[in-house]
Amino acid sequence: MPHELSNPLALIAELTHRCPLHCVYCSNPLELQARNLEISTEDWSRVFQEAAQLGVLQADFTGGEPLARTDIIDLVRAARAAGLYINLITSGLPLDETRLSALIAAGLDHIQLSFQGAQEGISNEISGTKSHGQKLRVLEWIKQHRVALTLNFVIHRRNIDQLEEMVALAESSSATRIEFANVQYYGWAFANRENLLPIREQLDRSMAIIKREQERLEGRIRVEYVVPDYYAKYPKPCMGGWGRKLMLITPTGDALPCHAAQVIPDLSFENVKERSLREIWERSAAFQKFRGEDWMQEPCKTCDRREQDFGGCRCQALLLAGDAAATDPVCSLAPLRPKVDAILAAVNLAPVSVVAPPPNEPLTRPSWLYRPNAG
Amino acid sequence: MTIELTSRPLLAAGCRLGENNQQRILQMPERALRLNGPSLEIVTRCDGKHTVRQIVSELQQIYSKAQPRKVEEDILGYLALLQKERALDFEQ
Repeated sequence: MPHELSNPLALIAELTHRCPLHCVYCSNPLELQARNLEISTEDWSRVFQEAAQLGVLQADFTGGEPLARTDIIDLVRAARAAGLYINLITSGLPLDETRLSALIAAGLDHIQLSFQGAQEGISNEISGTKSHGQKLRVLEWIKQHRVALTLNFVIHRRNIDQLEEMVALAESSSATRIEFANVQYYGWAFANRENLLPIREQLDRSMAIIKREQERLEGRIRVEYVVPDYYAKYPKPCMGGWGRKLMLITPTGDALPCHAAQVIPDLSFENVKERSLREIWERSAAFQKFRGEDWMQEPCKTCDRREQDFGGCRCQALLLAGDAAATDPVCSLAPLRPKVDAILAAVNLAPVSVVAPPPNEPLTRPSWLYRPNAG
Repeated sequence: MTIELTSRPLLAAGCRLGENNQQRILQMPERALRLNGPSLEIVTRCDGKHTVRQIVSELQQIYSKAQPRKVEEDILGYLALLQKERALDFEQ
């Protein structure tokens, strides 16, 4: 079927893989890119201009920790000059009051401050760093400014029972948005999956809490919830469809259709130092690969939902089915759904610890695989 | 939540007007709305100075061929949508 090309709406700018945290579910690839390979301020500035011309409305500054870039103020200024709206997705660690003021003066629109939990113990365990106290300080500094704030909580078995405390933390801040995003199982999270997947009872409880809080906070704080798709009936419309809405640029300038695309074999990626964003978006093999419907297999090919979820996630298909063109195995209609059910059954039957141990009992902790820092 | 005719809507922090390829846009955290005709007229008046009643009356003049009652309903509906998106603060 001929496919009408839309323009991307958001640019995910992965400015660096460097990060002071070592989160056990980090979405960065297992092979991190080093500082000396990162593209320059000038390269990024040109990318922002090209993105705006291509129709992109917003830039998500992320990483790694985007504040690890010493030129972050210049990058904010450049993106704003290009006409983009700027979301900064940060741990808040490399931040002080002066730098915060400078970022906002340069045109930063929205801060997404990531939290690993509502309590110090679990937060520090998950991030492999003493980080929680600094985040609480950052919340106080932000109150002095007129800037949008989202508190972002990555949710998993060890903190999903603390949603109410997380909401209370948000209510004590100037946040107008809370994002509860269940871990998605790629990269580091895939490696730590057995210790991260919530059990079904936890998930059911969490859904009831979210619904109640969404109603209570309407008009004051938007509460968004991303369910773990292993428990879903249908797959997520990953990235809003391959090559339809989003473009991700890695720290070294490679343009990807999604965060995890590098796991898919035989895909090669164009670099913004060699090609314009428009050329990459419209013509590169990687962006064409799973665009539209021609690549689909049954049951997606004839499914009524194919324009809603686009067959789900290509990287998840590769990770679970060994074939990036397969129906996402989390779909209840997928031939490989029994494999996902088996993973869930193992997690739900095993006697798992759902309560974070006190910090002085390291032996009861799961044996996490922590991500290292990029060189 | 009901919208009071005497309150003064103001775009919330992190919500602002933008433009791309001659199209006016309301930029919000992780979201954007295209603005055309009436929606642009409403949003440009969410400045913390106009009351809801004033916005209604001004748009009733601009769209004088439409039924005044319908214009008011549409405006209240649109403000409620923006409120749900958490794009507005209401000053008393």
